[in-house]
Amino acid sequence: MKGWNEFEIGSVLFPFNEDGVQAQGKMREERSYTENSSRSASVAHWRVQKPVHNHDHCINCFFCWVYCPDSSILAKDDQMSGVDYVHCKGCGVCVSVCPTNPKSLLMFDENEANEEALKQWPQKEEKQK
Amino acid sequence: MALKYELSKVEVWDGNMAASHALRQAQVDVVAAYPITPSTPIVQNYGKFLSDGYIDGEFVMVESEHAAMSACVGAGAAGGRVATATSSQGFALMVEVLYQASGMRIPLVLNLVNRALAAPLNVNGDHSDMYLSRDTGWISLCAYNPQEAYDFNLMAFKIAEDLRVRIPVIVNQDGFICSHTAQNVAPLSDEEAYEFIGEYKQKNAMLDFSKPITYGAQAEEDWHFEHKAQLHHDLMNSHVVIEEVFDLFAKKTGRKYNIVEKYDMDDAEVVIVALGTTVETARVAAKKIREEGIKAGVVSLRTLRPFPYKLVAEALKDVKAIAMLDRSSPAGAMGMLFNEVGVAVLQNSTKKPILSNYIYGLGGRDMTQENLLQIYRDLDANAKANKLTHPTQQFIGLRGKKMAFN
Ligand code: SF4
Ligand code: SF4
Repeated sequence: MKGWNEFEIGSVLFPFNEDGVQAQGKMREERSYTENSSRSASVAHWRVQKPVHNHDHCINCFFCWVYCPDSSILAKDDQMSGVDYVHCKGCGVCVSVCPTNPKSLLMFDENEANEEALKQWPQKEEKQK
Repeated sequence: MALKYELSKVEVWDGNMAASHALRQAQVDVVAAYPITPSTPIVQNYGKFLSDGYIDGEFVMVESEHAAMSACVGAGAAGGRVATATSSQGFALMVEVLYQASGMRIPLVLNLVNRALAAPLNVNGDHSDMYLSRDTGWISLCAYNPQEAYDFNLMAFKIAEDLRVRIPVIVNQDGFICSHTAQNVAPLSDEEAYEFIGEYKQKNAMLDFSKPITYGAQAEEDWHFEHKAQLHHDLMNSHVVIEEVFDLFAKKTGRKYNIVEKYDMDDAEVVIVALGTTVETARVAAKKIREEGIKAGVVSLRTLRPFPYKLVAEALKDVKAIAMLDRSSPAGAMGMLFNEVGVAVLQNSTKKPILSNYIYGLGGRDMTQENLLQIYRDLDANAKANKLTHPTQQFIGLRGKKMAFN
């Protein structure tokens, strides 16, 4: 582990191992991130509840992606593909903006397994007259 | 290219104008500022220099002092030379962002024209805002008159930007007494001043796309402590560079500054320690009281941060009685100078001088010669009795019943 005298001053982080211009020309998966870039390091210690995503109801509207303050909504092949739990702080914003019925994202206890959470998914709510 | 400003050998400038010219000569890339009395003319003059073509940089008008410092931090992180000015409440509003600047090691220069903090509302000078800056991780320099406000601004850039330091710097001057009092100021020419400060050396500029960086990332308990320790270490060692810059400036101009300034200290037995414009008034009082046979001296600081413990102790090692003059509400304690100078003296010297604390001049209340002579007489009585002959903390120049503590 590094000591105080081994850091770059100004608590700056270098995200890439390679030249930045090069790295930015690559897809995210192919970039080589430094060990202490904020992409590699977990910053989610304080989460007590986590959002769980349910594919069955999701319409891929990407509201959650737009609103997440930590860029923690993952997307693959134009589809919402889950949550990045290394960065998600558990704020629940994604859940409240999700427009489907029932919601495609719901908050569960941090230590609940995702498969268990999916089994408990609520039914469609009746419209109130 | 900015136009060259023709200056005379001696200009009649107040402290604000002196600071404005120093910022102009430093060819600052970005000044972001919000006006507040008594620092307003610094950025107002600067804006005029800009519109008259004497400046190449950007002037950003923002909606608050918090925004001003935020814009400065952003521009500094992007890789520019940056400065601003403020006072009092505006400074208080900035404080949150000051920690970002020092933590990110951005070499900003902030002119702090010292003024009281409300309530009650007051636009006049005292050191409340200066004292509010003390834990922000900035270097804090003190100028006592317009010439020094000019000189310290030039030196501030050189100190802040030195790669061994890389810490933002505050230049303090007293509201109105210094900022609005016109005096003779001997400036450097534009070329000389710029040559003295030197080209800005970027470090980890955000606009360097070949080496992207993240500023202000989260650290939590994992690394926060280490980062703060690093800043403290570098601040404590910054006096080496500060002294080098003082020496270089003396070579260039003949004006020699010291981290701890001593006046009549060769044989002094009773000493006043003060900051700001009061230092000059105290020097006059020391001279006068020597006619009464009292061996008086004055010790003052140029760096409030880093606090020069060793040098203060060295300057005060042979004296019998010391009064620390604090121009800020002690707010439930002894004044700051009392605490810090007192500890420096007691830790580093074998003799135990008699220490006292005077609170004075809040909200612009005058500090008169009579007040200062009275303090010297008190100190003389302490020295002769070899003990305190009055309470440790007294308020001087205050109306109503005498106020004293301990
Ligand atoms: S809970 Fe908050 S941080 Fe986590 S994915 Fe949802 S919006 Fe983002
Ligand atoms: S907001 Fe809900 S429906 Fe829209 S993409 Fe996100 S999870 Fe799917």
